[in-house]
Amino acid sequence: MTGHKAIEDRSNRRWAIGFTAVAVFLFVLYHWIVPNGPSWLHDFVQGWFSNANTNEMIVYIIMALGLNVVVGYAGLLDLGFVAFWAIGGYVAGWLMSSFLGNFKINIFGNPAPGLEMGIHVTFWWVLLAAGGFCAIWGIIIGAPTLRLKSDYLALVTLGFGEIIPQVFINGQDINGFNLSNGNQGITPIDPIRFFGFRNLGPFDLDYKFVIYAVICAGMVMVSLRLRQGRLGRAWLAIREDELAASMMGVPLMRTKLAAYAVGAFSGGLGGVVFATHINGIFAERFNFSISILILAMVVLGGMGNVWGVMVGAIVLSWINGIGLQQFGNTVNGAFNTNIDFPSFNFLIFGSLLILMMMFRREGFIPEARVRLVMHEHEDDNEEVH
Amino acid sequence: MPADVATPMSTAAPRAPRLDPKDLTYKISGGLILLGLAFWLGVNLFHDPAQFFTVAIDGLKNGALYALIALGYTMVYGIIQLINFAHGDLFMLGTMMSAFIITTVFGQKAPSLAGYGAFAVAMIVSMAFCGGLNIGIERFAYRRLRRAPKLAPLITAVGVSFVLQFVGLHWNGSGQRQWQTVLPNTQFNINGVVIDVKTVIIFAVTIPMLLILTWLVTKTKQGRAMRATAQDQDAARLMGINVDRTIAFTFGIGGALAGAAGLMYQQVVGSTAYNLGYQLGLIAFTSAVLGGIGNLAGAVLGGLLIGLIQGLNDGLSYGLGQQWSQSVVFTILILLMVFRPAGLLGKNVTEKV
Repeated sequence: MTGHKAIEDRSNRRWAIGFTAVAVFLFVLYHWIVPNGPSWLHDFVQGWFSNANTNEMIVYIIMALGLNVVVGYAGLLDLGFVAFWAIGGYVAGWLMSSFLGNFKINIFGNPAPGLEMGIHVTFWWVLLAAGGFCAIWGIIIGAPTLRLKSDYLALVTLGFGEIIPQVFINGQDINGFNLSNGNQGITPIDPIRFFGFRNLGPFDLDYKFVIYAVICAGMVMVSLRLRQGRLGRAWLAIREDELAASMMGVPLMRTKLAAYAVGAFSGGLGGVVFATHINGIFAERFNFSISILILAMVVLGGMGNVWGVMVGAIVLSWINGIGLQQFGNTVNGAFNTNIDFPSFNFLIFGSLLILMMMFRREGFIPEARVRLVMHEHEDDNEEVH
Repeated sequence: MPADVATPMSTAAPRAPRLDPKDLTYKISGGLILLGLAFWLGVNLFHDPAQFFTVAIDGLKNGALYALIALGYTMVYGIIQLINFAHGDLFMLGTMMSAFIITTVFGQKAPSLAGYGAFAVAMIVSMAFCGGLNIGIERFAYRRLRRAPKLAPLITAVGVSFVLQFVGLHWNGSGQRQWQTVLPNTQFNINGVVIDVKTVIIFAVTIPMLLILTWLVTKTKQGRAMRATAQDQDAARLMGINVDRTIAFTFGIGGALAGAAGLMYQQVVGSTAYNLGYQLGLIAFTSAVLGGIGNLAGAVLGGLLIGLIQGLNDGLSYGLGQQWSQSVVFTILILLMVFRPAGLLGKNVTEKV
């Protein structure tokens, strides 16, 4: 056991170094190399790996890691994760803009000149507030339903993921109260104050990247630590056999609710980060396909494995956000065709999911235990079990 | 919430008559919700009875379509415990196939004898197409995952749903398309209650179909095989039932019903869209759960109820209105899961070791 521990500690240090190295490299790339480099480099990077897309990737990594706690660690299926993303985004909208114009509150906030009305709270506190608010919602939705079988739980989350965005879409007039500004959305969001020396407007993507990378690193660390701790082992026990776990004294409800709350918290973080990234919240962005996309990141990357989930999030958000379109433009340009590549998104995602489930159920970078479980009954097709 | 920590099977059958305070809260709050519902219906009925019945019948019309789609969900769930996410998209392809047959192939755009003929042909083609497609999907995507953990076939179903949506997207285009119907556009008016002839047609098609299905499941050998397979696959296999063929047959029947629903939706509502299956599929699935998933009569009851509630909510003067339609349906789903997870006609199942 101690040897095991030592290995884990060492890998802990290793990932921190690697993560920092990648983050620093990307910052240097976007901040100095690309603006000062040759124009072909500029075109290449902006075309294939644009700064905006990288930031969006981080949003997805944060949320996928959160969903990984629910789906990968605790084995609870969540088909409505987008609800937490939306709630987190709107918390940012309420606390970081002049939208709630009846108030004039400023708590270390940073309103743009001329937009002093409304509530303005500093970004870091909003992160906590949104995460906490989402966690409360996660518990509210989880508490009465977590005792259900997994299929039913999936349905409740699905319903929740449908209701919340509709509330925000229809929310410009709830008995005369404007909750969400409906389809127009809430914009602009206050600029983030970058360690006290710079206000990050919509175009400071490179500085925002630093902040988002810090949040992402925090999320990775929390995921890894939780996995090793008592709670993480309890989640795994529940995932593998709920009944056996409860017989061993694992408090089922509390443990599952904890998974739910952690997942929801990170959904809230993702919401705030995304809101500051695109400088607004727009209700129509939050739909079911996002829930599925994030779930696909977790499943294809490798359920339960933090690195796998990160890879899944990076690859899928890249395909979804920029890769496919750019690939299409390149192909169309090279062969003088006019194929609408983004319309193949459905086909690519669909076949990817089907083929992965057929040939590599455990994901790109699987967790060892998941691999065993996924292939448990492979060879006993004719046996009674 | 930590009260029932020690009893993982607290959803199991009720114990002795001793009143558990938690149980009591559940019962009281459930009763209050039902009371509120009854009050809302009463107020609306009193306010304008003619409007009430008009929108109720209109809602039941949609409900019949939901019931047909819900049957496909519930049969598949009953036999292999899979939430077949792709089923709604199958229905969507059914609408497109119908439009293709009636308007493109036969060129029928108005009610006429030839139009009815095209309708009949489209019925057969659409049912065969969706049924066959569903069998194919089962064969190639789900069959090899039958022993895998539940998450695997579920994800596959989502993948299949995406692929079908892709087909729909390229068949129909990214927007909504409007079609002319071959069904008559007349309406009856009985004491102010307006009934569309199309509603009558939907019921005239749906009810015989349900009767045939009931006969098929309860009276035929194939139906008995289906029930046996649903109960215990391994035992069924030992009794000489060809389990693979029985499951394929179930998928085929479910698909055919979705195809029929697709035809009627396309002819009655008159529009097709590639993402239609997603919306209606979720509603139909809610219907199946409402009635008690795995229960055929439950799916029909659930579909009609959901259609009714949706129609009432959308059409009544004291309702939330159409923009909340989806929320109302899913709120029902969530409340149901909290208060009666087994559905209206379903039985609670105790978890076995």
